[in-house]
Amino acid sequence: MVVVLREKIGNLFRRQGPPETQHPFWAMVQKEAMDHINSWRFMILLGLMLLITVASLSTAISSLQGAIAEDTATSFVFLKLFTATDGSLPPFITFISLLGPIIGIALGFDAINSERSRGTLSRLLAQPIPRDYIINAKFVAALLIIAFMMMILGLLMVGSGILTTGIPPTPEEVWRVFFFLLISIVYIGVWLNLAIMFSIKFKQAATSALSGLAVWLFFSLFFTMIINIIVESTAPAQVTDINELISYQGFVQNLLRISPSQLFSEATTTLLVPTIRTLGPITMEQASYAIAGPLPLGQSLLLVWPQLICLVAAAFIIFGISYVLFMKQEVRSRS
Amino acid sequence: MINDNIIEIDGLSKRYEQLTAVDRLTLAVRRGEIFGLLGPNGAGKTTTILMLLGLAEPTAGKIKVCGFDPAFQPFLAKEKVGYLPDEVGFYENLSGRDNLLYTAALNRIKFSAAQERARHLLEQVGLTSKADEKVQTYSRGMKQRLGLADILIKEPEVIILDEPTNGIDPEGVRELLALIRKLNQDKGMTVLLSSHNLYQVQQICDRVGLFVEGKLIAAGPIKELAFGLFKNDPVLLEVEAEPAGKQLIAALEAIPHVSRIEQKGNRLLIFCRQPVAAGVAGAIIKHGARLSHLSQHDYGLDEIYHRYFEGGI
Repeated sequence: MVVVLREKIGNLFRRQGPPETQHPFWAMVQKEAMDHINSWRFMILLGLMLLITVASLSTAISSLQGAIAEDTATSFVFLKLFTATDGSLPPFITFISLLGPIIGIALGFDAINSERSRGTLSRLLAQPIPRDYIINAKFVAALLIIAFMMMILGLLMVGSGILTTGIPPTPEEVWRVFFFLLISIVYIGVWLNLAIMFSIKFKQAATSALSGLAVWLFFSLFFTMIINIIVESTAPAQVTDINELISYQGFVQNLLRISPSQLFSEATTTLLVPTIRTLGPITMEQASYAIAGPLPLGQSLLLVWPQLICLVAAAFIIFGISYVLFMKQEVRSRS
Repeated sequence: MINDNIIEIDGLSKRYEQLTAVDRLTLAVRRGEIFGLLGPNGAGKTTTILMLLGLAEPTAGKIKVCGFDPAFQPFLAKEKVGYLPDEVGFYENLSGRDNLLYTAALNRIKFSAAQERARHLLEQVGLTSKADEKVQTYSRGMKQRLGLADILIKEPEVIILDEPTNGIDPEGVRELLALIRKLNQDKGMTVLLSSHNLYQVQQICDRVGLFVEGKLIAAGPIKELAFGLFKNDPVLLEVEAEPAGKQLIAALEAIPHVSRIEQKGNRLLIFCRQPVAAGVAGAIIKHGARLSHLSQHDYGLDEIYHRYFEGGI
């Protein structure tokens, strides 16, 4: 079963005989992608993600009964598949925010150091290709795999959602799901880059994997705790001015936004819950004049634009650091 | 003789923070020869090779490989140079043939041409029967031969081999050296190889360079080198005798042609101009000492280095 599946997926990437001339970069991407697909690691990740999809789908559907009774046109029932939960398991977006990093780390933690320990890195570098092709190809191949995986899972959610609820998604919902998947890919891409950076820095794959996991654990467990401590010690003792309170609240929120998962949940929640109108604090007086209703897609996108840009920027910065590290490194055969 | 040197190194130095790995090296390798870089581990051979490929930056000095400076025109140089690293590695989950085809793709070789070359090279290195098996099933010697095929697929002008015979059994070494020799003769390919094993290198190298602590201390055909080094005492006898007292040594030194003696416990190293084993044995027995070992040595790299450190020449 697994073998057949592997072959099927492999054939998607392998064309009918390679083309006569292929740019070296795409030859490398193709080889890296094939390596991922043929690995047990990919199978395990895919299995894990399928499990998550099924679990979050079932928890969403059981909580959906009430929602369907409401007006389906304005309540975006379909998107609730991704965000709703009956309390037994987290919804899909929480799963992705929590476990997406694992995918990124798993696909990148041994990118460079495994080439080094296998002794293939010096052989690669002796070929007439620019050095950065190696990390670029690794990144592109892994990102393609991630995109492929996320799109499959997303479509699976949509498809089984249609089957179980009987409600077709509106075009806007489809777009919102699409943008959600896109942001998920970028988010996982950040972690992929981090893992690749560690794989350049650390010669041992285990050290590199562990560092990636440490950063992930830090942000998912300890980061909010640390922020809470900071908040407790720096919060103004007496609120004299509403503006001061708002700006303090903004400061705390910006601290939280150092964590990529915070950016990711803000961005995806806004996209999948169209009734979210703002991500910052609002006063009662501002809220009281607002008419409750969903934002159009364009406005939701505008709202998460900074978050998206930050995620992309984080990916670029980490990639830049890896690039510099890799270019400066002297490559000997196996050290 | 214009441009007959395919590799030219002029005043090349590489310094790390503490250590000078390569010190003002000047060397030329001629087109079509097999040149051996000889030296102990850590002598700077690999560093020199890395600089030839543009994989390490020289601190000072100039390099020209096939007319290109590898530090500034690395792609042009790498197209002409095949490099087989010490302990070459392959993608273990791919077959030997696929590994070759991948290298070919990185060199922009057309797929049909690459297939033909891979088939031919695999045959040449004797791996046709294992070509479609995964590399993880290959032995060390087979990997080394696949490595040779791998660097030849781009049809280079020069091949650089870093310790090619490391960790291979004697039969494998013999095959590999014969293969290198054949490539050199049939295709006129220039070969630069590094090794710490004089015996292996002297079988195939036209010229050698001796490398100690980043310095090239001598370069030339091996016979000339050995002759130049050991013209005072070309024969070395190793003797074990008990007791090896001062009188015995004095008596041995009196034997004609013996130039000097080194003592390490009961073990004596006798340097002489002519083979005088019989005389030495006679002298020991006459002295009433027990002779337990007597052998005549060829000079190894050890002796050559040793001689240089003594300031012999």
